[in-house]
Amino acid sequence: MSILIIAEHDNSSLKEITLTTVTAASLIGGDIDVLVVGEGCTGAAEAAALISGVNRVRVADHACYNGQLAENVAALIQSLANDYSHIMAPATANGKSILPRVAAALDVSHFSDIIGVESADTFKRTLYAGNAIATVQSSDNIKVMTVRGTAFALAEKKGSAPVESLTQVHDLGLSAFISEALAVSERPELTSASIVISGGRGMQNGDNFSMLEKVADKLGAAVGASRAAVDAGFVPNDMQVGQTGKIVAPDLYIAVGISGAIQHLAGMKDSKVIVAINKDPDAPIFQIADYGLVADLFDAVPELEQAL
Amino acid sequence: MKILVMVKRVSDPNVTIRVNADNSDVDLNNVKMALNPFCEIAVEEAVRLKEAGIASEIIALSIGSSQSQEQLRTALAIGADRALLIESDTALEPLIVAKLAAKVIEEEQPGLVLLGKQSIDTDNSQTGQMLASITGWSQGTFASKLEINGDKINITREVDSGLQTICLNMPAVVTCDLRLNEPRYASLPNIMKAKRKPLVTKAAEEYGVDLAPRIRTLKVETPNIRQGGEILSSVAELVEKLKTEKGVI
Amino acid sequence: MRESMEFDVVIVGAGPAGLSTACRLMQQAQKAEREISICVVEKGSEVGAHIFSGAVLEPRALIELFPDWQERGAPLNTPVTSDEIYLFQDAERAKKIPNSLVPKSMHNEGNYVISLGNLCRWLGEQAEAMGVEIFPGFSAAEILYTDEGAVKGIATGDMGVGADGNQKGSFMSGMELHAKYTVFSEGCHGHLGKQLIDKFNLDADADVQHYGIGIKELWDIDPDKHKPGLVVHGAGWPLEKGTNGGSFLYHGDNNQVVVGLVIDLSYSNPYLGPFDEFQRMKHHPVFKQTLEGGKRVAYGARAITKGGLNALPKMCFPGGLLVGCDAGTLNFAKIKGTHTAMKSGMVAAETIFDALSADDQGGRELSAFTEALQNSWVYEELHRTRNFGPAMHKFGTFWGGAFNYLDQNWFKGKLPFTLRDNKPDYAQLKEASECKPINYAKPDGKISFDKLSSVFLSNTNHEEDQPCHLQLKSKVVPVESNWAIYNGPEARFCPAGVYEFVEDAATEQMQLQINAQNCLHCKTCDIKDPSQNITWMTPEGTGGPNYPNM
Repeated sequence: MSILIIAEHDNSSLKEITLTTVTAASLIGGDIDVLVVGEGCTGAAEAAALISGVNRVRVADHACYNGQLAENVAALIQSLANDYSHIMAPATANGKSILPRVAAALDVSHFSDIIGVESADTFKRTLYAGNAIATVQSSDNIKVMTVRGTAFALAEKKGSAPVESLTQVHDLGLSAFISEALAVSERPELTSASIVISGGRGMQNGDNFSMLEKVADKLGAAVGASRAAVDAGFVPNDMQVGQTGKIVAPDLYIAVGISGAIQHLAGMKDSKVIVAINKDPDAPIFQIADYGLVADLFDAVPELEQAL
Repeated sequence: MKILVMVKRVSDPNVTIRVNADNSDVDLNNVKMALNPFCEIAVEEAVRLKEAGIASEIIALSIGSSQSQEQLRTALAIGADRALLIESDTALEPLIVAKLAAKVIEEEQPGLVLLGKQSIDTDNSQTGQMLASITGWSQGTFASKLEINGDKINITREVDSGLQTICLNMPAVVTCDLRLNEPRYASLPNIMKAKRKPLVTKAAEEYGVDLAPRIRTLKVETPNIRQGGEILSSVAELVEKLKTEKGVI
Repeated sequence: MRESMEFDVVIVGAGPAGLSTACRLMQQAQKAEREISICVVEKGSEVGAHIFSGAVLEPRALIELFPDWQERGAPLNTPVTSDEIYLFQDAERAKKIPNSLVPKSMHNEGNYVISLGNLCRWLGEQAEAMGVEIFPGFSAAEILYTDEGAVKGIATGDMGVGADGNQKGSFMSGMELHAKYTVFSEGCHGHLGKQLIDKFNLDADADVQHYGIGIKELWDIDPDKHKPGLVVHGAGWPLEKGTNGGSFLYHGDNNQVVVGLVIDLSYSNPYLGPFDEFQRMKHHPVFKQTLEGGKRVAYGARAITKGGLNALPKMCFPGGLLVGCDAGTLNFAKIKGTHTAMKSGMVAAETIFDALSADDQGGRELSAFTEALQNSWVYEELHRTRNFGPAMHKFGTFWGGAFNYLDQNWFKGKLPFTLRDNKPDYAQLKEASECKPINYAKPDGKISFDKLSSVFLSNTNHEEDQPCHLQLKSKVVPVESNWAIYNGPEARFCPAGVYEFVEDAATEQMQLQINAQNCLHCKTCDIKDPSQNITWMTPEGTGGPNYPNM
């Protein structure tokens, strides 16, 4: 068995979520190759070589891979596919965009967002926004899948895999990268932060989110929001945690003024430790929180910031 | 330019789905069904392109059970011109759905295919990408903005780090994200009109596509329910517990 | 200007009464080879989304409407196999009442345990197949009148209005639906029916209407404990003396049971919480032994019109008819209203069809309906049981029950007097200072549950950015009267946690917070508010519960 993992990176650095995919791959067993595709991606390739358990890093560094356009990257992967029994990628926008395209080109099925490895051909994944977990088995010769980062631990970075350059150029000319507008934030990204502090409608307005930011700065945390807070226009959409937003599973999730509508719970219930601060003792969030504080958030949050 | 919009019948997003007692599947018995919200956004976008004079005709396509007619009627009520149902009694996998849709594309020759970014039942997010692959077309997934300039289409995509803008050659497959638009309500007169718009039904078997499943669902389970912990009396106690008991800060 | 559409008949509400009206009209039109246009508006997201009942169905009306109901696949899957009645003495003990002492109206041979929602879905399919236009997701927000004051139809609610009252980008104006005759079948205490009764003084010769609140859950139970067709009724505990009501447990199909409690809204202790009573009730061994190890799958609540014949208003007025529970045709002695609601709809259909056939252009008062209904078995049934509810109110559960046994079994409801009960339910609440608070145990999460996780199982949703559909006539009454005098009973009688009294941190004043998005559309607040300060309006269409199999 041999596994190809598509690295998530921004050319200069490797995204940590790649490490969780390596862990998932190691549960399948067999040689693990990591493919780094981009333009000027030496930094990311070097970081990939450090991942424990990686057999080889393969690098395709070319202008046609700028922006990691799905058409070109998929064509590249397709050309490598016959050497592998499994092709995996983190379930990021890139992975989710590219791998189904690869699967169809190979005429095989695809598993999205797996959360568990049962065997080399059997995996677990969620349905209905996490309300059901299916165990699914593939009969295809090559298994293609994306992996939910929050479901697996990070692989260690104690390896030293050889780095091999690929010279294939797959420029289909179907699409072109124009620009990228990174969400400006000094804080870690929501989906990769080890601590997340989120506010709900109880925050009353967008300005009050500065209280959460202060706590976040002390903890090195990302700031999120419930759908209710986004709908109320307090904060932008990309902060939304939940069924229709981002799914997070940090070590610590602090829910502030969030009642805990099931849609929100779907996005954070896999966090290791959940803290809820809400003045309503009957708020459903308390039913899943490890620690609850029945308090006015306008008292408790500044106090928390002071105590850190 | 013709636009093909693919729509899927799914359980209503407001309904909580539960797993069958025998763990074979989820229980959809008498559950309210609806048009997949992301598909609704795709239909709305197509209608806006038609209203802007860019699209000439909108064809709504659904591949599923005969009841999917209801969702096609909804698409017609929002503004699609005609509908095609490729009927199958069993749920088809995304790869097969994409192959069937590719056959429809051969027949209809649309300039643009719009789909939802994923369906809220299986949460796959595959069909659009697979369809683009099979047709050899360009793809723009998770679109929150699209702009057509001649034979090119600029797509702003919602990616993990923010927004990415790419330019695709047409014809293209675009999957629609939540923030692309806010779908309109279907009005009563339009719902009545939709009942008279053409809706053609064909059997999936007619297309010469191998419909055999590649994936076996071994079981479907309810996720473990997280239990509530303790209610603390003060912020100080909370900080203490997070530091010593859990070691997370 | 709103757009309008014309129909022969517009029907408000796709419940058993409205859909039976639609089906019967179409049947008659087909028989007479006459074209007729019928439109049904339904505020739920689909037919059946907002409706539930016990339910044990007496199939009499269904058989009349569709003699071939079995071939058509009507969802009557579980015939009643046996009846059990208990008198609960306390949290542990219960006496099973011997069959011979049970009022006749409580026997259920020949009836079926059903899901009323599924029956309505099926009736909707029958109606649509005959050409009825059904529009789920559209609420009838407003009654339209001609210059002469006759009803000429309804207007659907505007969509896409923000909480601030301004039009959002998605705004869509409501539509006027004009009809020769408009049939109102909104179910208990419909918000338009209420306006009609008031405007046309339809209750001038009727006693005050009385209501109950029914709360119900659907459970998957251990297949070994499942006895399809077993129907259990109970009275007594947990309700305190002076509070009437009854519990039920019906075994349906698919290893499921429904368990529920109906509480008479004439209760007087403002500390009483119908939801809490129901949660507590399930811990009685009679229920617990069945539910234990099972899983709750659905929850709902709805008010019930139970005044019977004495409180039945006039059901016709210029341009329209009032049918089913919107008027109050439920037979409380049988705790059944579906068959009478359906029959009232069918009689309404026949009356309207006769009028249309005589080239009636609409807008008249169809007094023939009153006569036709009086000549139907609905009237006969309601007359026989007219004393049942008032006896319970007057004499309490035990002596009232004894009276009802004699009245129903020995005198067949023909005693030459009628018991009256003219104090409205909202006026029954005593001041909190005169009453003892009730200590409800915390839910255990296995048999009993809290309100919010219950509401979750009703799949209730409302567009968040819309005007509050629960309108207060006065902003100060909730705190100055309801909180001060009655300890805020709306927080307890609402089975969905819509009303919350919270202290404003800045002013340290109590204030009423309305969580309208939780609303199950049960109408209890509009009925029981002691100040009659709450008006239930229709929210944006499709809002509300999405009951499956309820």
